[in-house]
Amino acid sequence: MANDSVGRTFGVALGVCLVCSVLVSAAAVSLRPTQAVNKTLDKKRNILMAAGLLKSGEVASGERIDELYQNINTRVVDLATGEYVDGVDPIAYDQRRAAKDPAQSELVPANVDIANVKRRALHASVYMVSQKGKVKKVILPVHGLGLWSTLYGFVALDAKDLNTIRGLVYYEHAETPGLGGEVDNPSWKALWDGKKAFDESGAVRIEVIRGKVVQGRPETQYQVDGLSGATITSRGVRDMLRYWLGSESFGPYLAKLKERGVS
Amino acid sequence: MADKPRDVLFRPLFDENPIALLSLGICSALAVTTKLETTVTMCLAVIFVLCCSNMAVSVIRNFIPANIRIIVQMTIIASLVIIVDQFLRAYAFDISKQLSVFVGLIITNCIIMGRAEAFASQNGPGLSFLDGLGNALGYSVILLVVGILRELFGSGSLFGVPMFALAAEGGWYAPNGLMLLPPSAFFIIGFFIWAVRTWKPKQVEKE
Repeated sequence: MANDSVGRTFGVALGVCLVCSVLVSAAAVSLRPTQAVNKTLDKKRNILMAAGLLKSGEVASGERIDELYQNINTRVVDLATGEYVDGVDPIAYDQRRAAKDPAQSELVPANVDIANVKRRALHASVYMVSQKGKVKKVILPVHGLGLWSTLYGFVALDAKDLNTIRGLVYYEHAETPGLGGEVDNPSWKALWDGKKAFDESGAVRIEVIRGKVVQGRPETQYQVDGLSGATITSRGVRDMLRYWLGSESFGPYLAKLKERGVS
Repeated sequence: MADKPRDVLFRPLFDENPIALLSLGICSALAVTTKLETTVTMCLAVIFVLCCSNMAVSVIRNFIPANIRIIVQMTIIASLVIIVDQFLRAYAFDISKQLSVFVGLIITNCIIMGRAEAFASQNGPGLSFLDGLGNALGYSVILLVVGILRELFGSGSLFGVPMFALAAEGGWYAPNGLMLLPPSAFFIIGFFIWAVRTWKPKQVEKE
């Protein structure tokens, strides 16, 4: 059959590929700006949720998010020294991209890598939440391995003592819906408000326990209910908080903030 | 071909439902049906891809050399799926985040390949379009049934709107966690097939 000749085969293959590639690239290129806007908005929305300025599940327009975001000041911190980094545009800095770039990241030594971070960026973004000109909360990005996926989120600390947790939200994960996926559950997230991250000695004490927290004990202030049916995700949450708040990562920065006061 | 357009469109709904009778495309039926929002989006995406791919394959069916026909069909399907994915990311960002890889996996949904190979490569564009629409609707019927049951009994809501007062919030309904896990979709599809075959005994395989 003429259809099966070599020339015909190449011709059809080439034609199909050409048409398809034009369509695909047209869609990709023309939609990229909208997608980029969505991504930025999504990140801002999650920071606002961690800040408590936006309720979880609240639908907010892009303008409203941008307006609320005026209260948030982004800074870039050198994790090793805890100092702010100058000469990096904090708005444009993308910590997750930097973590993949060998020049801007480092391996986390296996013996301290309790959260399975593996590679982390040298610099981290932090977010200062102000109300009426005063910094109320400091938001730190955290991530670590759960059961199926790496969970990416933000933890908000009260600026007064840099110890009281004001919120924990995850903006990206692929845990089992209904089990580990319950990290998105508003009633579970509400449990974090008011918990203490560090004990008197300054060690990270916060933990997600199995089952329900017994009220009224001294350790209650460091404990959050585990997610039922999601032991490994719960453990992942605990470990990533212990890692990121600990001396290996944001520890030096938090110490400097306490020394100088939050501004 | 003596197929009437009406038959081509409606037969795949119940008589020859791609999931219930042919057991194709079950994987995505398990994955995306925990919530109606994602279910509906998935259905629309499959309807679009299946109609377009059937049409496109049918238009060039007389030019496709037999030895590369599968790869040509794949290329067309994959391109359509990427376009859908790009659109979702631009205009339905939250849903596309939840659907994650499953939009991309439409490429490997057997229904689409199956219809391109079995129907579109032998019939005209008009009929192929109807066949695509019919099969996509047949797929959607099942997904919607599964999605409604799973969201209603798994989370006590429909489209995220609470239907039952949840026990966790002081109501009476304790959500059935199993409904949120993939195996529950197997059970529901099984019951659906049972119901359809009781209604239409012709579908029962002979022993």
